[in-house]
Amino acid sequence: MVEYKSRKKSGEIMSKDYEIIVVGGGHAGCEAALASSRIGHSTLLVTGNIKNIATMPCNPSIGGSAKGIIVREIDALGGEMGINADKTLIQMKMLNSSKGPSVHSLRAQADKVTYPKEMLKTLKKQKNLDLLEGMVEDLIVDNNIVKGINLEDNTKIYSKCVILTTGTYLKADILRGSTRTRSGPNGEKTSLHLSDKLKDYGFKILRLKTGTPPRIQRDTIDFSKTKQEDGDKKQYTFSYDIEPQYNIENQEPCYLIYTNENTHKIIKDNLNKSSMYGGLNDITGIGPRYCPSIEDKITKFKDKEKHQLFLEPESLFYDDIYLQGFSTSMPEDIQELMVHSLSGLENAKILKYAYAIEYDAIYPTQITASLETKILKNLFTAGQINGTSGYEEAACQGLIAGINASLKIENKKPLILKRNEAYIGVLIDDLITKGTTEPYRMLTSRAEYRLLLRHDNADLRLREYGYKVGLIPKEKYKKFQEKKENIERLKQTLKETKITPTKTTNNILIKLKTPVLKDSITLYNLLKRSEITIEKLKENNLLISNYNKEVEEQVEIQIKYEGYILKTEREALKMLKNEEKEIPSNIDYSKIKNLASEARQKLEEIRPNSIGQAIRISGVNPSDISILMVYLRKNYNE
Amino acid sequence: MEDTIVAISTALGIGAISIIRVSGTDSINIVNKLFKGKDLTKVPSHTIHYGKIIDKTKEIDEVLVTIMKSPKTFTKEDIVEINCHGGISTTNKVLELLIENGARLAEPGEFTKRAFLNGRIDLIEADAIMNLIEAKTESARTLSINQLNGQVSNMIKNLRNDLIPIISNIEVNIDYPEYEDIEVLTNESIKPKLLEFKSELQEIIKKSNDNKIINEGINVAIIGKPNVGKSSLLNNLLNEEKAIVTDIEGTTRDIVEGKILLNGILLNIIDTAGIRKTDNIVEKIGVEKSLDTIEKANLIIYILNNNEKLTPEDINLLEKIKTKKHIILVNKTDLPNKLNYKKLPENIIKMSIKNNTGIEDLKNRIIELFNLEKIETKDLTYLSDARSIALLKKSLKNIENSIKSIKDNDPIDIVELEIKEAWNTLGEIIGETYTEELLDNLFSKFCLGK
Repeated sequence: MVEYKSRKKSGEIMSKDYEIIVVGGGHAGCEAALASSRIGHSTLLVTGNIKNIATMPCNPSIGGSAKGIIVREIDALGGEMGINADKTLIQMKMLNSSKGPSVHSLRAQADKVTYPKEMLKTLKKQKNLDLLEGMVEDLIVDNNIVKGINLEDNTKIYSKCVILTTGTYLKADILRGSTRTRSGPNGEKTSLHLSDKLKDYGFKILRLKTGTPPRIQRDTIDFSKTKQEDGDKKQYTFSYDIEPQYNIENQEPCYLIYTNENTHKIIKDNLNKSSMYGGLNDITGIGPRYCPSIEDKITKFKDKEKHQLFLEPESLFYDDIYLQGFSTSMPEDIQELMVHSLSGLENAKILKYAYAIEYDAIYPTQITASLETKILKNLFTAGQINGTSGYEEAACQGLIAGINASLKIENKKPLILKRNEAYIGVLIDDLITKGTTEPYRMLTSRAEYRLLLRHDNADLRLREYGYKVGLIPKEKYKKFQEKKENIERLKQTLKETKITPTKTTNNILIKLKTPVLKDSITLYNLLKRSEITIEKLKENNLLISNYNKEVEEQVEIQIKYEGYILKTEREALKMLKNEEKEIPSNIDYSKIKNLASEARQKLEEIRPNSIGQAIRISGVNPSDISILMVYLRKNYNE
Repeated sequence: MEDTIVAISTALGIGAISIIRVSGTDSINIVNKLFKGKDLTKVPSHTIHYGKIIDKTKEIDEVLVTIMKSPKTFTKEDIVEINCHGGISTTNKVLELLIENGARLAEPGEFTKRAFLNGRIDLIEADAIMNLIEAKTESARTLSINQLNGQVSNMIKNLRNDLIPIISNIEVNIDYPEYEDIEVLTNESIKPKLLEFKSELQEIIKKSNDNKIINEGINVAIIGKPNVGKSSLLNNLLNEEKAIVTDIEGTTRDIVEGKILLNGILLNIIDTAGIRKTDNIVEKIGVEKSLDTIEKANLIIYILNNNEKLTPEDINLLEKIKTKKHIILVNKTDLPNKLNYKKLPENIIKMSIKNNTGIEDLKNRIIELFNLEKIETKDLTYLSDARSIALLKKSLKNIENSIKSIKDNDPIDIVELEIKEAWNTLGEIIGETYTEELLDNLFSKFCLGK
């Protein structure tokens, strides 16, 4: 690795060219740079400050409902986020473990010091990858094709593809009370001109907003007034390829507290001082509904007497406690009053005040499913610049952009995950088909084939792709194939093993609180009963299995939910049929008579790849689809 | 694997035979499920088979079924055509059954569209087809909007609104599992709600079956004393000699059904054995049937004889039908008057069936009574109604499945799958399946976030 810190003279061209340049060193940028360099393409990662690689400017956690499954998917494809979190987490929980397997999802409290440090170490070790500190203020564009980047000192660096992962740094403004400061998170430099340049190239720019709560000094909190929330007593990893790196007993707890009447009164009395409620009158950014400020919560849910807050440790190496649920854009003096009104925080010291941040993004309908932009060829975008929110959402896009930029250079077809294959597929398809007006966060409710997109089967869904693009090395792939074979073998055994209604077996069944047998039954069918598990079959000597836990778990889920899974697969098949009907990229919608004008406009804007995608565009009716299909048949003759 | 589509391909009307056409990979299988006769999956292509359409065990209609296998068919897909003989209500019932068993109601022009897409029709016709799709769809849109306006669509919306709190609460529990101040729904807590929803849905299906004038027509009972002219009236309306008419009292013992179309709406006219006190056992059965018929009828036409005096029986029966929709008809105005009109209500209709007078007045009165002028009676009305009912039944099935899923101890996110499908199915009736609606509800009802 070469780390370029010294600048060349203004206007000079850097002597070395790269195949791929990644702009931005956040979660998207890291995955993109690692993917392309691991696949074998010389890659340069440019970031404003190398110290800020893979930092977590907001919550100190990785994963969560649906997001945890995204991390598993990243790992299955050969990305880094899962392993990096496994190496640095300080608490781990399996969310929804009391519910069904399709909604199980991991959430880790990650250490804000070691997570970025570990990631930087990985980047530095990586072959084919260089890091450069600098602000990118323009792209080198020739005939709508991107050829490289231009730094603020006018240094030009050429490449075949550029991946923009600028996060919140495009024209970022920090909002607190009645002050607006042009600055990135934590006072970092912000990119002043890049979004204007993107506008000049023809991109439609979107202004978004998000916020972060205050950080409190640990030893000024009275934890006796809080409810302690511990990590799980069972060990987990995000990654399929790593053993747990933490000790169950040494996990850091979080703490639960509530707002009270006094908190609410302070907020109501000072509402007009909040940036969002009159403190500033030039706010255009749209904030996410799922991430409202405490002002929003109190205004919109007037009847609620209290709101839940979590105190989450940020790191073992410093004292900041993240006050989850309390994001605000109140001025600092009011924040003091608000925090001190909370039980246990009467004498708390605020280390960092909360703020809201406004930033530029591009309308995601301007990008394709491969994450290459429609406006400039060879330019890819990933993460918050595409209108998403969240580390996991960013990382998975970075990974896909890194893979697809590589495939583009190799003249290969891009990797496009379908809605029934991965949350990543749902995310990208939603973005490019429906667009977004608020920062997009993944939720299980967005996935219509939720039952197929499980925590437990991310490898079965995606590892093959990871291997094909070159991110999963041979030995890992071999291990995966063995697992797959073992799953089939165990299923076969269960199908072939029958038990008969003898006194012994029926006594066992009585013990297991399940109806006794009248006819013989295969273990496969017996496992469909909710009371029966592979574990119980083994304990009672009805089954001998030497397969590992993961295999047994997989088999059990596949058998127990077989009916529902098949039903969902049938639904998915219908969707896939429509995905296969491709729409030629040169289609001229103005030539199709009879299309409703709204449909024509939407189709023109989004330019779907397939009939399937066209169906999902709101404003395109079934009759428009029929007309489009007839037109395609006539003019392209399939 | 294209959907299998179905539609009634003949104009619904007086015609004795209606043809239902089914096209797609599953068409033979779906029809076979409902067919009593040969195993249709085993018969050669381009053959016709006699049999019955059955609903579980109940016979619906006697039919002739034509099997045409891909590719030598209109759409180049497997096609089954069912010739139904039972009139509009049974044809609709058969259509409903096909939809329940997995066929989808065809969009306007969809058979032609498939024929084209599968290369069956000349490419030159493409523009014409596109025009057809557009024009028909527009009329279908207005039609379905008209039809669903008001009550029906409100009712469906209310049903969906009943499910939304359950679904979004479960989704919130999944997406925000650590919010202790949000109610955590469990199988036990949603079961009573689902049972209640189920009976609500069942009630609606029952009612819509009872009241579906459009689907099944209006049952009209003609009653009166023997030989007052009931069968003559029926025959006059039918313009054919269907009921047996004599001058001897009491020859019509069975309830004879005849059907006419009035403003496109079907009238099932029921002739009844003359009502009078009788000791003849055979006749008694007929009289009891008549009284039973009064109960089931949507409209009662009570016929009096201009040439006879009112009897206590007449007064008794006139009293009985007061609470129902009824028309009082005085026949035989060609004979001398003996009837005391002062004892009758004012809006009676005078008629002489023999001289063919008063028939138009009767028809107009029926139209007036049922607002028939306002009911849209194009073919599609029937179709979309059969479709709504089939979809209602499908969502009932989803709810029943979710209740079964609770019984099987499935986790709540699995139970929710069927509830969500019920919600989507109901949405299909009114053309709303937008999932953003759920997300909006999620964020407006629950306070979430960092």
